[in-house]
Amino acid sequence: MLTGSILIFALVAILVAASFRSRKGTIQDRFWVLILGIAFPATVLLALLGYGLFVGERLLPRQGADVVQVAAEGRQWDWRFSYDDLPDQTTEGVLHIPAGRPVDVAITSADVVHSFWVPRLAGKMDAVPGRVNVLRIEADAPGTFAGLSAEFSGRGYNNFTFDVVAHDAAGWSNFLTGETE
Amino acid sequence: MNALQRHRKLDLVWASQPGFRGWFSTVNHNDLGRLFLITAFFFFLIGGLLAMLIRTQLATPGSAFAGPEIYNQIFTMHGTIMMFLFAIPTFEGLAVYLLPKILGSRDLAFPRLTAYGYWCYVFGGTMLLVSMVLGIAPDGGWFMYPPLTSSIYSPGINTDFWLIGITFVEISAIAAAVEITVTILKYRAPGMSLDKMPIFAWYALVTSLMILTGFPPLILGSILLELERAFGLPFFQADLGGDSLLWQHLFWLFGHPEVYIIFLPAAGVISTVLPVMCRTTLLGYGWIVAAAVALAFLSFGLWVHHMFTTGIPHMGLAFFSAASTLVAVPTGVQIFAWIGTMWKGRPELHLPMLHLLGFFVTFVIGGLTGVMVAVVPFDWQAHDTAFITAHLHYVLFGGFVFPMLAGIYYWLPHVTGRRRSFRLGELAFVLIFTGFHVTFLAMHWVGLMGQRRRISTYLPEDGWTTINLISSVGSFVIAIGFAIVILEVVLNTVSARRGGRNPWRAGTLEWAMPTPAPSYNFASLPHVTGRDPLTDDPKLPHALARGEGYLATPGQWRETLTVDIASGKPDFHVIYPGNTRLPILMAAVTGVFFLSLLLKFYWTVPLAVIGVAALVWRWVWALGRAEDLPAQDIGHGIALPNAASVDRSPGWWGSLFLLTANATFFGSLLFGFAFLWTVAPGWPPPVWFAPSMVELGLGIAGAGGSAVAIRMATRTNRQGAQPMFALGLGLVAVLILAAALGLLMLRAPSPDQHAYGATLLVLGGYGLFHACLTALMFAFLAARIARGFTSAARRAEFAIVRLWVDYMALVGTFILLMAHVTGISA
Repeated sequence: MLTGSILIFALVAILVAASFRSRKGTIQDRFWVLILGIAFPATVLLALLGYGLFVGERLLPRQGADVVQVAAEGRQWDWRFSYDDLPDQTTEGVLHIPAGRPVDVAITSADVVHSFWVPRLAGKMDAVPGRVNVLRIEADAPGTFAGLSAEFSGRGYNNFTFDVVAHDAAGWSNFLTGETE
Repeated sequence: MNALQRHRKLDLVWASQPGFRGWFSTVNHNDLGRLFLITAFFFFLIGGLLAMLIRTQLATPGSAFAGPEIYNQIFTMHGTIMMFLFAIPTFEGLAVYLLPKILGSRDLAFPRLTAYGYWCYVFGGTMLLVSMVLGIAPDGGWFMYPPLTSSIYSPGINTDFWLIGITFVEISAIAAAVEITVTILKYRAPGMSLDKMPIFAWYALVTSLMILTGFPPLILGSILLELERAFGLPFFQADLGGDSLLWQHLFWLFGHPEVYIIFLPAAGVISTVLPVMCRTTLLGYGWIVAAAVALAFLSFGLWVHHMFTTGIPHMGLAFFSAASTLVAVPTGVQIFAWIGTMWKGRPELHLPMLHLLGFFVTFVIGGLTGVMVAVVPFDWQAHDTAFITAHLHYVLFGGFVFPMLAGIYYWLPHVTGRRRSFRLGELAFVLIFTGFHVTFLAMHWVGLMGQRRRISTYLPEDGWTTINLISSVGSFVIAIGFAIVILEVVLNTVSARRGGRNPWRAGTLEWAMPTPAPSYNFASLPHVTGRDPLTDDPKLPHALARGEGYLATPGQWRETLTVDIASGKPDFHVIYPGNTRLPILMAAVTGVFFLSLLLKFYWTVPLAVIGVAALVWRWVWALGRAEDLPAQDIGHGIALPNAASVDRSPGWWGSLFLLTANATFFGSLLFGFAFLWTVAPGWPPPVWFAPSMVELGLGIAGAGGSAVAIRMATRTNRQGAQPMFALGLGLVAVLILAAALGLLMLRAPSPDQHAYGATLLVLGGYGLFHACLTALMFAFLAARIARGFTSAARRAEFAIVRLWVDYMALVGTFILLMAHVTGISA
């Protein structure tokens, strides 16, 4: 995308610069409007749009046997996480997930609009009061990933962060049996 | 009569009062255009100062310069001021100053409305500034998302300042848009058919129509949120049948068209200035007009792309993603038509041209990052990071500020009548251009590194320190550049040499007059035969000054003429009102209304409403006359009827476009109702409205009766009789409808407990307001007839009232049906 953008920018820059030459061939009006103005952007955009939709579709939550269901509830300025596999326990500020398995996070808010974002695992999803949005995340390897709330939420917005801890298989079963805090 | 005598006579009629008193009573577009521009630039400086504070805060990690409380106010006000108090008013000011000149007319359609809009803007803007000085400025972000901005999470008065102050300022945007639309359609030089209109007028027309359809959703949203905050009507509370997403839809339904409302006037400046700088004519005039219209339509299909992360289904996102990328096509047409224009001509590097080059570079980069953001998966990452901040500044600074700087330097000789003698502008350009790119390229970069928008500080470990410092240094370079621009404009105004007429050798009519422009613009009005009248006939200014055009004989009134919309044939003759303090007075009383709401002095609200109604009465009363005017000779053997003796008078056209905005407002309200009903959690409501066939039947009969009555009145008046009976009938019919709507409001089920009842209350209130307004109009017509202001010929006012009555009858019926029928079906 960056390369394409630089190429297009260069094209425009060269065309603008070339217009300052004292001798230049005549180019028909129709070439400017129809070819450069309409056909060229339309082609590039269609390709990009198709690509975007294709990638977007792949990122969507799909049904599957090994999908782990968790829930995230944002509030000023704290996240609470709960787990379908562990109905009695909630964690604050830290979300535990298994590594190497798809996880569906059901996101909502207890007060104002927040946004759940773990940059290294997935894009953002808003936490809207009264609604539940599902975001699919997946960590390839165990580790701790920084998460942020990415929707302005008032005074505590600066430090409104959380962590996602991805466990290996053993760690995850420990967590489910209550041996990890 | 020679040119000087003609000038003296015309100036006597058209001049504003001398001295500072003239500021408050002027209704002349020359004065008001300049006042608008100066005020907008003043707000630009304040907004810029706030930007400097933001960059100071972010220059170093852990900065203690401002805490989150203050910082949140600073960035909210920066966005708010730049959008509402700088960008839109700059367009208004430019259009107000330029349009009558470029169209070959003497003033805008509704001079007093120009003044009223200006004073509403000044008073509303002042309210926001006062809040900032007192440290209680809005702090919820310029997008004001509830529930963060609802009374639970923002109990202070800060948010009310935004909702009320901005709605006050919007009045000026709507007023200007109505004014500009009617002016472009009707107030042109004879012969200027639509296809011969200067390209700037096309852009201004499209922009105004977009304001009329784009701003009402925001005005509605602000009113609903303020009602929720002040009276607990739960439009945005999920647990009471509301939905915070409704605000986001209404806001972005306005917010995205807003981006094009800002870009299109700038594109109009580019399309006007660029060909002159290249000594040629614009390439692809028809294509550019088509592209502008296409942009306007597409921009209303884009709003959801600001909500890609709100959990909207992927198919929905696909549609809006497609629309968002599609919008680049008409933009591409314009860009390449401009480059083609440069190829066609011989570009000369005057100062305005430098800024146009700055536009090309900056705007194209902004457009490309825009296309990136339109790709949904990329947006999921970049959303709400500094990358977006950088992108939008490339688009707005590139697409608005650079073209406007080009425009300032291009038209400065016209406003001051002087030549530039200091070469400061070139230096300023270099500083602004370099500073801008340093600041915002750096900001793209930290955005991709994960720096969120709107954070007040960060940690050294984040690794953003150096880039932020570079960005801040760049921003100070921009500031120095603007200081030099101001210095040069001031020096130019007070000291430079007198310049000749038409310094750029342009072809458009605004240069066919002495500079600075005289109060009446043209001593006589030109007959236009091409797109560049001044190129076709370089001696035109002298011919006009000698009185060889239309309306060359100065009379006792401010006069101009209108044309047929499409063909540009002369249509009717217009007499303008003179200097008056009525607009500023009415803006002040309007201000009392908003201030009472803000400070919750509810007992002064009805007083202010009555005050505004009384002033409107006086306003409309001042027009027209008590005797029939004969057809007016405009020269060249043409006689035109006066505006009072036509069916479609200026007031009719103004009402038509005001009602367009009004209908969009109503449509947004219906959209909100349908949205809550189908999408919001917490439905169905616990209690439904109890329908009543009697109220419904009487109300609809009232609506139908009033529409019939105004038609009867119009016909009786045409036959030369007094239609008092029909007007009385209409008044009774309206009052019956008003009663039905009032009962609807009273019986709306617990409006503070569920959004259903709250919405019915607002719908009823909307209908009731229009019923009262129409009742007032019936009374007004009766009073006019009694005083002899109407006759079989002077029939214009009947047509205007008929328009409003029909609208009221339509929405009144619709509202009653909505309430009672949904009540039955439930």
